[in-house]
Amino acid sequence: MSTEKQLFTVSVYTENNIGLLNRISAIFQRRHINIESLNTSPSEIYGVSRFTIVVYMTEVNMKKIIGQIEKQVEVIKAYYHTEDETIYQVSGLFKIKSELLFEERQIQNIIKESNARIVTVNKQFFVLEKSGKREELKELHQKLSEFGIMQFTRSGRIAVTKDEMKISSLLENIKNN
Amino acid sequence: METQTIKQQQKATKTTERISGSEAIVRCLIEEGVDILYGYPGGAIMPVYDELYKYQDKIHHVLTRHEQGATHAAQGYARISGKVGVAMATSGPGATNLITGIADAQIDSTPMVCITGQVPSHLLGSDAFQETDIVGISTPVTKWNCQVTKAEDIPEALAKAFYIAKSGRPGPVLVDITKDAQFDEFDFSYEKCTKVRSYNPVPDTDISKVEEAAKLINGAKKPLIVWGQGVILGEAEEQLKAIVEKAGIPAAWTILGASAIPTSHPLNVGMVGMHGNYAPNILTNECDVLIAIGMRFDDRVTGSLDTYAKQAKVIHFEIDPAEIDKNVKTDVAVLGDAKTSLDLLLPLLNENSHKDWHQKFKDLYQIEYDKVIKNDLYPTKEGLTMAEVLKEINIQSEGKAAIVSDVGQHQMIACRYADFNVSKSNITSGGLGTMGFGLPAAIGAKMAAPEREVVSISGDGGYQMTIQELGTIFQQKAAVKVVVLNNDFLGMVRQWQQLFFDKRYASTEMVNPNFVAIAEGYYIKAKKVTKREELAEAVKEMMESKEAYFLEVCVEKEDNVFPMIPSGASVSDIRLE
Repeated sequence: MSTEKQLFTVSVYTENNIGLLNRISAIFQRRHINIESLNTSPSEIYGVSRFTIVVYMTEVNMKKIIGQIEKQVEVIKAYYHTEDETIYQVSGLFKIKSELLFEERQIQNIIKESNARIVTVNKQFFVLEKSGKREELKELHQKLSEFGIMQFTRSGRIAVTKDEMKISSLLENIKNN
Repeated sequence: METQTIKQQQKATKTTERISGSEAIVRCLIEEGVDILYGYPGGAIMPVYDELYKYQDKIHHVLTRHEQGATHAAQGYARISGKVGVAMATSGPGATNLITGIADAQIDSTPMVCITGQVPSHLLGSDAFQETDIVGISTPVTKWNCQVTKAEDIPEALAKAFYIAKSGRPGPVLVDITKDAQFDEFDFSYEKCTKVRSYNPVPDTDISKVEEAAKLINGAKKPLIVWGQGVILGEAEEQLKAIVEKAGIPAAWTILGASAIPTSHPLNVGMVGMHGNYAPNILTNECDVLIAIGMRFDDRVTGSLDTYAKQAKVIHFEIDPAEIDKNVKTDVAVLGDAKTSLDLLLPLLNENSHKDWHQKFKDLYQIEYDKVIKNDLYPTKEGLTMAEVLKEINIQSEGKAAIVSDVGQHQMIACRYADFNVSKSNITSGGLGTMGFGLPAAIGAKMAAPEREVVSISGDGGYQMTIQELGTIFQQKAAVKVVVLNNDFLGMVRQWQQLFFDKRYASTEMVNPNFVAIAEGYYIKAKKVTKREELAEAVKEMMESKEAYFLEVCVEKEDNVFPMIPSGASVSDIRLE
């Protein structure tokens, strides 16, 4: 097992419970692991939440932490995956002065080339949305910075795995036992 | 589907009663078989105390002198009985005072349910009087916790709390209940919890893993068993003994595993770890198969992991999957509870005696006896040793007493020298090392098992951390035998200062009060012993007493506990002096 640090995407299926985020983040905190990004959302199963956590650490420690996450009473199952094993995206929103859209021709080209989408436009500002890899967002951010960005925010990573996660059959088993 | 409809019908026809949330709490406790709980009243929990007053013929509330004492008493109750200990406190400082005991129960896997009162729900988050976020504070040290803000949610929360605390690898659970939820009325009915969807307390034992383990054990020339508290929690004492005897495997124990197999058993080769016995520590690094059963390779057991049992194949029997490969890499991991796994293992093992291998343990024991044990038990110097006191207690109790120790030198001596001939007899704070644990834990143990002799053994330091619980002993007439081994030092820290800090005794010397007078102040019979010739008689008098008894023994001031594995050293670098 690799002792080199690398990025892992952790997927945690949980009961939707107040305070669970606290429990899970404390497990990383104890070992001084920085959470690179975090997203919570419903999962494919009704009533089951899904945490998507990105961390940079060794696989040896990743395995130990997965065990400690799964040990939490309200965690149904936790998985970890490497970059190659997942399809992942982040999303960013850029708020930019509207006059730039009409005056700076180059901005229109940047938007087109980057596959970004204009969410809304009004007299004062327009909002640009871009989903993709973190690097793509970084690149777009750099290009737009030259003209001035009023606000920017980026979401946590969301990811699905290439392999099946047998969470549905697991829950089915629990129900039937 | 069909079962579900039947269940729904049962629910519908189940008789309900309209009662308050606070009465429901007490009724839930009674439903869970709680006969004794420990706690301290205060504003936010008063409605529950009012109900405890009404139900006092059914459930006995013990007023401790501090909430920390309530948790340790609940722990002592749980550790000697195997049942869930219950502690109760009010919001704010009452709740925060529980934290040390909760953390202790978490790391030592003790089943405990803590119930705390909370400010009314409309005040939550407003920095109200005696409001603390106890759910947030206790999260990292509980197996599970929750806050209840509606009366009708109380039965389900408490049912879940008891189930989670007791099942699988046990642990502490905290339920925080707002005052309005205690006052509100609802239709009460109680159903015990038997399942939580996301929680799998006992993983299935994989028979193929048991077979792999058996193959390794049968092929071993120098096998060594190290068992832990998992054997006691899993009630697998008989199974372990059968395996040890059939396969002739020397078996050593961690501090919390003590008493699962009697001290006198010929294949019991003693304690592993920092102050454990010489032979099992040294031979950990010589065995060819290390069989760990219900233990977690704590750093105080393993010393340096880089040099721990590297030559051995490691088999780990464990209920908690998160413990596998956490500290020591295993070759065969057998998940499941100890009883099930060992039952499956026993018929697969060949009979063996491993005579030569066992002789090695005997030889090393002789070295330890000559260098350490003899001088501890039969000293030639004038000052009393701690071990002498344990020897007298062994004689008087015939090795049947439950020994409740605190933390420090006396704890190591108690574990090394007490005869543990009955399971669940070593009650001590192993993982957290909580000074002050002993006295209140002994109260809980004695109340849970009044038929047993319970001896609390503390040092002069830890004793004073919860000394106020003498008041609880007096009020409850709990016949606890309280021994203080007084060396006028925080002995273990002083020992380290002597060995590793050039004898700079920073803040370890204790100027102590008149302990006998304090005990007598609580109307407890008390005696102080300073000379060897008084010891046997004093211990006899204490053990024969029908009531609580306090015995102070003034021991040699600067004795050290040996053997010792220096912090971070290898188990085979264990020092005898």
